[in-house]
Amino acid sequence: MIEVKEYKPRDWKSHPPYRYEGYASSVKRAPLKRLLRMKQTLSETTGPILGHEAVQPGDADLTRNAGTAGEAMGERIIVVGRVLDEDERPVPNTLIEIWQANAAGRYHHEVDQHNAPLDPNFIGAGRCMTNEKGEYRFVTIKPGAYPWLNHPNAWRPAHIHLSLFGPSFVTRLVTQMFFPSDPLIPLDPILSSVPSKSGRQRLISSYAHDVTEPEWALGYRFDVVLRGRQQTPFEENGR
Amino acid sequence: MKQTPSQTVGPFFSLGLTRRTMNALATDSTQGEKIRIEGQVFDGDGKPVPDAMIEIWQANAYGRYNHPDDKQEKPLDPSFTGWGRCETDKNGVFFFETIKPGTVPGAGGSVQAPHVNVTVFARGMLVHAYTRIYFGDEPANDTDTVLLSVKNKARRRTLVANREGRNGKNLYRFNVRLQGENETVFFDA
Repeated sequence: MIEVKEYKPRDWKSHPPYRYEGYASSVKRAPLKRLLRMKQTLSETTGPILGHEAVQPGDADLTRNAGTAGEAMGERIIVVGRVLDEDERPVPNTLIEIWQANAAGRYHHEVDQHNAPLDPNFIGAGRCMTNEKGEYRFVTIKPGAYPWLNHPNAWRPAHIHLSLFGPSFVTRLVTQMFFPSDPLIPLDPILSSVPSKSGRQRLISSYAHDVTEPEWALGYRFDVVLRGRQQTPFEENGR
Repeated sequence: MKQTPSQTVGPFFSLGLTRRTMNALATDSTQGEKIRIEGQVFDGDGKPVPDAMIEIWQANAYGRYNHPDDKQEKPLDPSFTGWGRCETDKNGVFFFETIKPGTVPGAGGSVQAPHVNVTVFARGMLVHAYTRIYFGDEPANDTDTVLLSVKNKARRRTLVANREGRNGKNLYRFNVRLQGENETVFFDA
């Protein structure tokens, strides 16, 4: 018989519900029937191993990866962090993909018609692999806040979207990183959909003076925690 | 440590995730029966969702996943990773060019019917959803533990893609209904 080392379940105290009234777009797109519990099989405990061949070192520098030879406008920042599992073990060699608005709060995307300037030197997308210690590092510019139509005078706080895989099909995560002391944070229904205060706090990066480089860029730290493995029966008995 | 909370991919995910096409999993040298999986994503009003993204993960034609934890003594196919990603178009349509996967081991020594593992993302979805695609013309469906765990037969059918011929191609149609009477079965995997 094939041994399957299951992952811990999704922690629904940490994740938002599918339907969150304050986020209008969730209302008609939220699955409402009860999710079917399943025992994980090889289908769930395996997953894609991506990025090794494809990722170039320059992909992680969004200030210079637009292919224009020019540099993006805005407040240059360095975002570092570690990707860990629930048992604080590093998640090495996993792909992180990010995307964000430019410094003026506009995405390089045809759907975004916000009346703010586009920056020809900024696409707003990047990627990198975590190293052996689960660490990652991006150089980018601080994204601007931008308006949206969720409710009157609605503005998204500055944020960076992150997509991660981890080692299996069930460790997949897409999330958003926010910036400390942003006055728009308590007004944001998307961040507010996270049920606990501590959960919301975990989506806010911290200013990291040790990451800041003199006369060049400010540093922020944002760690990501993916689902960990279930304890083995042996470990359970050993407690 | 607590899991980092999920957030929606939002309306602009294609910038970061789908600027390159990643929905052709099979090449000329891939082993197995070439198939196309095509479908539409619908919201609770039955309207197509034009800003969703589907990712798939599947075994190769021999029933082996290209992953170190799959230690089965079955061949790996060097020209098949088993992973793909496709955003929906303005009509909510997505498709994958792939191969039909083989059977893989299931719970308690059972064998699972061939299936494709699916992750659904969209603007408006705060958390991604997990589902599976089974193949309508596959007799092994009758003994698949996961499929049989869906007691309601009408709901079970939401996991089954039916085969259609089109220009000599093997097409399987699989629609995703995020909400409503025929809501797709989603798993707490």
